[in-house]
Amino acid sequence: MGVQQQQTGQETMSDQADIRAGRLPAAAYDANFSDVKPPLDPARAVIEANRCYFCYDAPCQEACPTGIDIPSFIKKIATDNLKGSARVILEENIMGGSCARVCPVEILCEEACVRNTQESKPVRIGMLQRRATDWLMENGRQPFERAAATGKRVAVVGGGPAGIACAHRLAVLGHDVVIYEARDKLGGLNEYGIAAYKLPDGFAQKEVDFILEIGGIEARTGQALGRDFTLSQLRGEYDAVFLGLGHAGVNLLGLEGDDWQGVESAVSYIEKLRQAEDLSALPIGRRVVVIGGGNTAIDMAVQAKRLGAEDVTLVYRRGPAEMSATDHEQDFAQINGVRIRHWARPVRLIGRDGQVREVEFEYTQLDEDGRLMGTGDRFTLLVDQLFTAIGQKFVPDPLKENERDVLEIANGRIAVNDEGQTSLPDVWAGGDCTPGEDLTVAAVQDGKIAALSIDRHLSK
Amino acid sequence: MADIRCDFVGIKSPNPFWLASAPPTDKEYNVVRAFKAGWGGVVWKTLGEDPPVVNVSSRYGALSYHGMRMVGFNNIELISDRPLEVNLREIKQVKRDWPDRAMIVSLMVPCEEENWKNILARVEETECDGVELNFGCPHGMSERGMGSAVGQVPEYIEMVTRWCKKYTRMPVIVKLTPNVTNILGPARAAKAGGADAVSLINTINSICTVDLDVMAPTPTVDGKGTHGGYCGPAVKPIALNMVAEIARDPQCAGMPISGIGGVETWRDAAEFMALGAGSVQVCTAAMHYGFKIVEDMKDGLANWMDEKGYATLDDFRGAAVPNVTDWQYLNINSEIVARIDQDKCIKCGLCHIACEDTSHQAIAAERVNGERHYEVIDAECVGCNLCMHACPVDGCITMVKVDNGKPYLNWKEDPRNPQNMKAAE
Ligand SMILES: Cc1cc2nc3c(=O)[nH]c(=O)nc-3n(C[C@H](O)[C@H](O)[C@H](O)COP(=O)(O)OP(=O)(O)OC[C@H]3O[C@@H](n4cnc5c(N)ncnc54)[C@H](O)[C@@H]3O)c2cc1C
Ligand SMILES: Cc1cc2nc3c(=O)[nH]c(=O)nc-3n(C[C@H](O)[C@H](O)[C@H](O)COP(=O)(O)O)c2cc1C
Ligand code: SF4
Repeated sequence: MGVQQQQTGQETMSDQADIRAGRLPAAAYDANFSDVKPPLDPARAVIEANRCYFCYDAPCQEACPTGIDIPSFIKKIATDNLKGSARVILEENIMGGSCARVCPVEILCEEACVRNTQESKPVRIGMLQRRATDWLMENGRQPFERAAATGKRVAVVGGGPAGIACAHRLAVLGHDVVIYEARDKLGGLNEYGIAAYKLPDGFAQKEVDFILEIGGIEARTGQALGRDFTLSQLRGEYDAVFLGLGHAGVNLLGLEGDDWQGVESAVSYIEKLRQAEDLSALPIGRRVVVIGGGNTAIDMAVQAKRLGAEDVTLVYRRGPAEMSATDHEQDFAQINGVRIRHWARPVRLIGRDGQVREVEFEYTQLDEDGRLMGTGDRFTLLVDQLFTAIGQKFVPDPLKENERDVLEIANGRIAVNDEGQTSLPDVWAGGDCTPGEDLTVAAVQDGKIAALSIDRHLSK
Repeated sequence: MADIRCDFVGIKSPNPFWLASAPPTDKEYNVVRAFKAGWGGVVWKTLGEDPPVVNVSSRYGALSYHGMRMVGFNNIELISDRPLEVNLREIKQVKRDWPDRAMIVSLMVPCEEENWKNILARVEETECDGVELNFGCPHGMSERGMGSAVGQVPEYIEMVTRWCKKYTRMPVIVKLTPNVTNILGPARAAKAGGADAVSLINTINSICTVDLDVMAPTPTVDGKGTHGGYCGPAVKPIALNMVAEIARDPQCAGMPISGIGGVETWRDAAEFMALGAGSVQVCTAAMHYGFKIVEDMKDGLANWMDEKGYATLDDFRGAAVPNVTDWQYLNINSEIVARIDQDKCIKCGLCHIACEDTSHQAIAAERVNGERHYEVIDAECVGCNLCMHACPVDGCITMVKVDNGKPYLNWKEDPRNPQNMKAAE
């Protein structure tokens, strides 16, 4: 899957930053943003499924945050029982379809596969999961029945993976659910954040529709907690509340020029990219610098490249081992022509006419105590567009009024117990707004665990 | 380099790998290709009387296992469906062109002395090296009183073999059907009738799969199926046992055996030979992969023989026969236990769950420093080998001998044998 490129104009130091749309021939956009990992065809899937040893106490299952019974679903692919296979997956992870596409399997299930020890080549669990879930989404309905109505009503705030997983499980258990979502569409970062080539062809919406087929879930979009309603209202109206708010905020560089033109958070740019009707109309800089070391930084850099940016440099203040982006993602960026520079941090933005034109970096190293420090040596990169991807954060603002005092926040996120219950006994929370890994699969697990806990409390 | 030339009842071939009587040996074109590829000999596809038989369309069924194709194979084909004259002419030509290769002609005609006499006379004219009597085909021909309908009745075998010996000086090999309860009946009958050798096994009665949409067995002919003859890798264990039974039978002693059934590699061939086979015959493996597979059969067999210091096939033929015995003579005092090589273990847990769920609860599943750890509980292990077979890593689980200091004791001598208790009373 090569990136289609086109040579752009010659190197001139014009006064205007070069940020423009349509850098590539029209066909290149389709190629660059189509499925980055095309599915296994049926025959290959069976061959791959037969590689699974059907382990007892399978390490892969333990490594999956949602605990999918991986050997069982793989066996069912081998026996051509795709319906049963998909059900095994969705029982534990209702977003098994998107997780099959976005999970960093190299640090989850596939890392644990015993085939690694034997031959350094795990069973391709993610691809097999996709085979089964794709089959069901093409050939059937979501496979669960709702239990008898309990008469209980639960409000879910936030329609991302955490909220949707929670809502689905509650609906299965017989409760009625209303999802309040601030944006126009459900899906959360599946719809607005994940790299476009990981979830192409409107998959996020297809999956949401598939999940909502269960019934008993009403979605109210364009409804923001803190703006259109308050937590205390919900608590008054519903038997329980689940908060799956994700991260509303991003960390800023804290440098003068943060707000200049050409400086933007990666998350907000990717959101525009994901919602763009026509990618050839989306402006991108000729020289792009991305600051950060996580998957968001990688996604931004690769997508900039695939939009036709000529020169994309990702700068991270520590070494490759410290990057939270997996090795696989780092390799992927480099294959896509992104240059990665380690051990440097931005210290000054240089602009003209309110427009960023250069970024000055200082080399970094660790001091004797292992703390990061600048070396004093500097270098400068020319830049048309600068993206920051130095972490997102939970913004507790929607919880203001009196609730904020009651709902305990720890380390900048909503504090919860093992079951996802907050300091308020009728309020649960999960996903990125609570502690833990910021992964789709982890959000799904949080939503599921909370739903089970809510159900236990409501049945008391 | 080891000498793999083969002399089977006086029939000489440059190697012991013959193609069995089947589609690969049905015409000159195939057989010449086989000889070019290096096969030592062929048993020509079974000839019958004119008019030739007519075959149905849709003929083969197959069993796949975990993505492996044709682990088992079956067919509902009949004998050669070409005119006798054409076959005989081609046989003669090929034998003339390839004098160093074994050319055996398989025959099946109705159970009348005249019929056998007539066809033998015509076959002799081809100057082939011998004949094989097809008493094995389990489908179609058996409904017409031939094939396994003969092979299942020892008296018929003896009678027809005797006729053949009477009417030809060529070596007569009797091909046995495995569709019997005791292979020794037919084998002894062949010997009694004067057979020079036996070859086995022909195919086993089988239904390979059922088409669950059509609701009919496969291969399916216009909505219906019938039982067919089973062969391929899956039948090798059955064939090995039947070969061994004949090889160690005092009444059959010394009768040459051509081993057939699931031979695909030199190792399969060596196993048949260790149990007494003088040559081996191959059908399914060739039908699956083409004739080129013989190259590794020859090369691998010779390399293995070099490694073991066997100069000729005779040096190891039958070497395993003395070690095939009855259960009652096994040493009941011999003990082995499983050993897991922890460095090789990949933590799949299959040894544990196999033993735990279905056997002796002799492999403990533990966590040592959070890591999965599987350990044999010697006191519970009965030495059944199940874990060793279930383990996906070669050499990870081995069975080691327990030095219990006890002498050889077999069941006949064992005081726990109720018959011995009675005797002691
Ligand atoms: C750029 C990027 C790439 C990523 N790539 C991957 C990846 O490849 N693989 C992976 O596993 N993870 C990836 N992640 C992380 C993953 O997307 C998140 O961990 C996951 O989406 C968290 O789910 P959530 O439901 O907690 O939050 P979100 O998906 O953020 O959903 C929260 C929802 O709540 C809504 N909301 C917020 N505030 C309010 C309010 N006040 N009122 C009503 N609704 C509100 C939001 O609009 C949103 O729809 C990526 C994240 C980013 C930013
Ligand atoms: C399609 C097919 C046709 C066969 N036809 C004959 C035959 O005409 N005469 C015969 O003696 N055996 C016939 N056989 C049996 C083979 O010669 C051989 O005994 C049997 O297939 C076992 O060997 P294998 O496992 O190597 O295939 C046939 C087998 C197959 C698969
Ligand atoms: S660890 Fe690998 S081989 Fe074992 S069950 Fe999981 S996928 Fe199969």
